Amino acid sequence: MPVNKKIRELQEKREKVLLGGGEQAIEKQKAMGKRTARERIMALLDENSFNEYDLFVEHDARDFDMDKKSLPSDGVIIGSGTIYGAPVAIFAQDFTVAGGSLGLMHSRKITKIMDHALKMRMPLIGINDSGGARIQEGVNSLAGYGEIFFRNTISSGVIPQLSVILGPCAGGAVYSPALTDFVFVVDNISKMFITGPEVIKTVLGEEISMEDLGGARVHCEITGNAHFFALSEEECFDQIKKLITFIPWNNGQKARMFEPAEPKPEYNINKIVPEDPTLPYDVKDVIRAVVDNSDFFEIMQLYAKNIVIGFGRMGGRTTGFVANQPLEMAGVLDVDSSDKAARFIRYCDAFNIPIITLVDLPGYLPGVDQEHAGVIRHGAKVLYAYSEATVPKLTVILRKAYGGGYIAMSSRHLRADFVFAWPSAEIAVMGPEGAANIIFRKEIMSSDDPDGMRKQKVEEYKTKFANPYVAASRGYVDAVIEPSETRKFLMHSIEVSENKDVSMPRKKHGLPPF
Amino acid sequence: MKENDKLGYLNIDTSLYKTRISEKFQNRKSYKPADPRIILSFIPGTVLDILIGKGQIVKKGEILMILDAMKMQNKLKCIMDGKVKSIAVKKGDKVSKGTVLLELE
Repeated sequence: MPVNKKIRELQEKREKVLLGGGEQAIEKQKAMGKRTARERIMALLDENSFNEYDLFVEHDARDFDMDKKSLPSDGVIIGSGTIYGAPVAIFAQDFTVAGGSLGLMHSRKITKIMDHALKMRMPLIGINDSGGARIQEGVNSLAGYGEIFFRNTISSGVIPQLSVILGPCAGGAVYSPALTDFVFVVDNISKMFITGPEVIKTVLGEEISMEDLGGARVHCEITGNAHFFALSEEECFDQIKKLITFIPWNNGQKARMFEPAEPKPEYNINKIVPEDPTLPYDVKDVIRAVVDNSDFFEIMQLYAKNIVIGFGRMGGRTTGFVANQPLEMAGVLDVDSSDKAARFIRYCDAFNIPIITLVDLPGYLPGVDQEHAGVIRHGAKVLYAYSEATVPKLTVILRKAYGGGYIAMSSRHLRADFVFAWPSAEIAVMGPEGAANIIFRKEIMSSDDPDGMRKQKVEEYKTKFANPYVAASRGYVDAVIEPSETRKFLMHSIEVSENKDVSMPRKKHGLPPF
Repeated sequence: MKENDKLGYLNIDTSLYKTRISEKFQNRKSYKPADPRIILSFIPGTVLDILIGKGQIVKKGEILMILDAMKMQNKLKCIMDGKVKSIAVKKGDKVSKGTVLLELE
């Protein structure tokens, strides 16, 4: 065969496979407001950067007449490309081919690109859009899932792993995203659950829609299984691209440096925090007042809003922020906010990202529901995560830092490298009202005017202890700084921490309370 | 912070903090101590069989009901001696976790 003919033969073979499940199936996909798998990859990666592998892979199943069925590329597209020049490995399930169902070869393609990503130490992005296991392939499908979960786990903390849910992702399939670092979902398109509405109806007689059971909003607001909420696939891809700019390609590197930029002048750091420690404000404005270009990229915006996490840059360097949010539930630590913060702290630590902690909290949320939900165990995650983190840890105490909350929020005692406090800081064993009621109980009870006496004692306690100077006198705080000096102090601290090197006792792994 | 933010007050250590109160917190269930005489289903399932009747004297360890759940026939054993005051379900009922099945006196 002449060369030209052979090339044409390849082109024809490609064209046939590139159509995926065929025009009808593609039309159906579009009618659901979804792009095809290949369109998604093209939209996400830099132009012309995608190299596809295993285009001609086919399944080998025989039972249930499967030998008569051809499934182009076995329902999943794999390859690598770049996002803003960063190398990424990617797989995208093709719902137009047998509902994106996972059979043996389908899973082998996924594990091939996972192995590749781990070996080449580059980020992995998985686009999930699948009806689940390919029932006709029986236990081979289960084996496929297991092989994926195993790789998710051993790659965890070595390469960034991002999961994008752009369709159904049900049953065992949800555990791959759950094992990855960040999960992206789109309103009305993403659906994740272990048992679907039909099973729930049969077993329990309870009726619930897919959206209410495991839609994008549910996972962003209630379960905390997803980290980024978008209204369209386009918005979702923008979020992924932005995240990629903040994180390194693997755990042996640091994130790319960007051109440093000053914060925008509209965020006036002197005017954000009210003097009265019981009044709210948006702590994100404080973050915006210190980060480059006032650009703060928030993660888990809709979940446990009493703590804020996300990335910004300080002098061009990616920095992770953890901040109590006085605007939501007074910024207390509770089960959900502890879980959210701890996981993010561990992410930053795994990928060499310094952590800045902004502290303003009254303590832990009281309540039977909190105690019974295990606030001891979940709260301990924060202590664990901060203590084991060896990346640079910088703390700024803005206002309240009471009791256990003070200790947990990256205090000196958990080996924070730099602890700064504003003059408005109140570092104390508890709030003045509570403390005065206990310490001066006798005086208050025996007074002719208990209310007046209580007020007097609260004031006394406030003047004596509700300030940063007691902690500063013990060296628990390194410097009491003016709010306007915050960026300067933080930038310098990050600069001098560039080569921080501490070693921990040898162990196989610790036992964090999860 | 927006002007129209709905703010409430949260009490932590006798200090009142002005803040947004989450839906989860507002909807939390207030605690009620468990009553050992009220027998609840411990798992969602279907009532397969009821082995006792109203007014019957039952002994600790006696099987009261069979609950079909998670492909298993679960025996519901009585945890104390008593008398059946009322039965809240009938054969074939689907029950969710925490449903009252029967009451002893």
